[in-house]
Amino acid sequence: MYAYIIRRVLSTIPVMAVVAVFVFLLLYLTPGDPAVVIAGDYARPEDIERIREQLGLNKPLYVQFFTWVGNVFTGDLGISIFSNMPVLKLIGQRLEPTLALAICTMIFAVVVAVPMGVLAAWKAHTWVDRVVMIFAVLGFSAPVFVIGYLLMWVFSLNLGWFPVQGYKPIAEGLGPFFASIALPTIALGLVYIALIARMTRASVMEVLTEDYVRTARAKGVNNRTLLMRHALKNASVPIVTIIGVGVALLIGGVVVTESVFNIPGLGRLTIDAVLRRDYPVIQGVILIFSGIYVMVNLLIDLSYSLLDPRIRY
Amino acid sequence: MTAVTGNPAVSTLPPRASFGKRARRLIRRHPTAVVGFVLLVAMTIMAILAPWITPDPLRINPIIRLKPPGFTGPLGTAGPFGTDFLGRDLYARVIHGGQISLVVGLSVALVATVVGLTIGLLAGYLRWLDAVVMRIMDGLMSIPGILVAIALVALAGASMTNVIIAITIPEVPRVVRLVRAVILTIREQPYIEAAVVSGVSLPRIMFKHLLPNAVAPLIVQATYVFASAVVFEAILSFLGAGTPPEIPSWGNIMAEGRTYFQIAPWIIFFPGAFLAVTVLAVNVLGDGLRDSLDPRIAKRMR
Repeated sequence: MYAYIIRRVLSTIPVMAVVAVFVFLLLYLTPGDPAVVIAGDYARPEDIERIREQLGLNKPLYVQFFTWVGNVFTGDLGISIFSNMPVLKLIGQRLEPTLALAICTMIFAVVVAVPMGVLAAWKAHTWVDRVVMIFAVLGFSAPVFVIGYLLMWVFSLNLGWFPVQGYKPIAEGLGPFFASIALPTIALGLVYIALIARMTRASVMEVLTEDYVRTARAKGVNNRTLLMRHALKNASVPIVTIIGVGVALLIGGVVVTESVFNIPGLGRLTIDAVLRRDYPVIQGVILIFSGIYVMVNLLIDLSYSLLDPRIRY
Repeated sequence: MTAVTGNPAVSTLPPRASFGKRARRLIRRHPTAVVGFVLLVAMTIMAILAPWITPDPLRINPIIRLKPPGFTGPLGTAGPFGTDFLGRDLYARVIHGGQISLVVGLSVALVATVVGLTIGLLAGYLRWLDAVVMRIMDGLMSIPGILVAIALVALAGASMTNVIIAITIPEVPRVVRLVRAVILTIREQPYIEAAVVSGVSLPRIMFKHLLPNAVAPLIVQATYVFASAVVFEAILSFLGAGTPPEIPSWGNIMAEGRTYFQIAPWIIFFPGAFLAVTVLAVNVLGDGLRDSLDPRIAKRMR
């Protein structure tokens, strides 16, 4: 068991190494002189030279890479070219809205999708099931920004139930906070709900064919206990896996949702940085997001043996 | 739909059924997939015919700017989808936008499949390569695809080619994983061993013996890649890091409509609806292909 945990934790090292190399090389994957690319179309030669100096682009590639990795380990993600602030500080300022949105979406999606999936599996091949599956296909295909604008149009502009755009920090009160984050959460959650509901349905349906479910039914276990204790519990591993895989979807969606609803989070920071070619910020944000994804999936892998004691390593 | 009916190994249809009979059976078994296919064909025809069936998408006419669908006034009339902030005809722009989406979707699906297939075949069959390649793929899959794509486009410059490359890179690992998984399950089959023993060359083993097994799941995967590429392109353009702003792609139209959303929501809704319907059509078609090409997966997913 412990050997497995150690092995699994160590296995994140090569993954993160590949991420680091890729993020570092991102600038060199694009054609042309990086300093010129960052400086943009209207730069003077002095500007280009200054950027080259500032980012250490005049040193050999491997020196640049190891300097960068070394700095990352000490928590130094560089200095923003645009605002001259440490990247880590910029990220810290923008973390709350993004985390709030991501966590709210995750909770919302799981709370809605799992019962939906269980219900669909229980009522398999009936109209209930069909409705859930149609919803899942629609939800999976609807682009998050289209849904976002549709929700905004109906609930903010026409009904006036929610503020149109913007974000209120939790510190300003829970009411305004939830009002500002409700529509983004629903818009972002839809894809996730579709994904989880589909997997829950498939997984629970498979468990329902097992002998022990028939036994439980034969000894008179009521439906609720049967579904919750016998079926859902044994179906939990694939469901939890898909929640982890979906985190990638969530991260991509956060960037778009923040743009639609004008939320000043990490996604906005990324877009602004990309449009300004603020390279250290782009690197920092991609590294942080990738790190979060790797960590979440590590935790999920480690949770399997808790969810299903039959899994031993 | 030749892909569905043309593969004798997996098709459940009798070989000599007439075309009409086969079509009817297909509609009965996979009605949604047929609907998706028809929608997609309609969309493609519209996109191809765009220059002949719509007015000039770039013609500026400020007198009728931001007019709703069907607007008629003394100074001019707006088309069926209304006009944008420069008075350009939205119907023309949206139909032309379909060209961009379809070209990007098709190119990415093609390139990602070919590249992913090559890497996946090599990794699946050559053990020494496998570990290295899969670690790299794991790493690539951990990086949010949208972020990589916008960063690449922003740094390399906005152009169709760059958009296609930027979207392809995050899609490749998915294809590689799929191909590798298929190869791993058949690598130990006796007929592969027999081929090796009888001195068949490596490329021949790969293309004659391994590749055909991966074709069915690959076609299905390619449709999903297509759908996701269409969305990616729209997102990139919408965020300002996609196709050049002067090209009327769906994402660009929506990006221009953001400022005017409160007074002219149709600028966002029409391209948005086309985008959603296209993606839905491709996904539904993919589900149908998956169910008919691989009954085992279909059973598991249903």
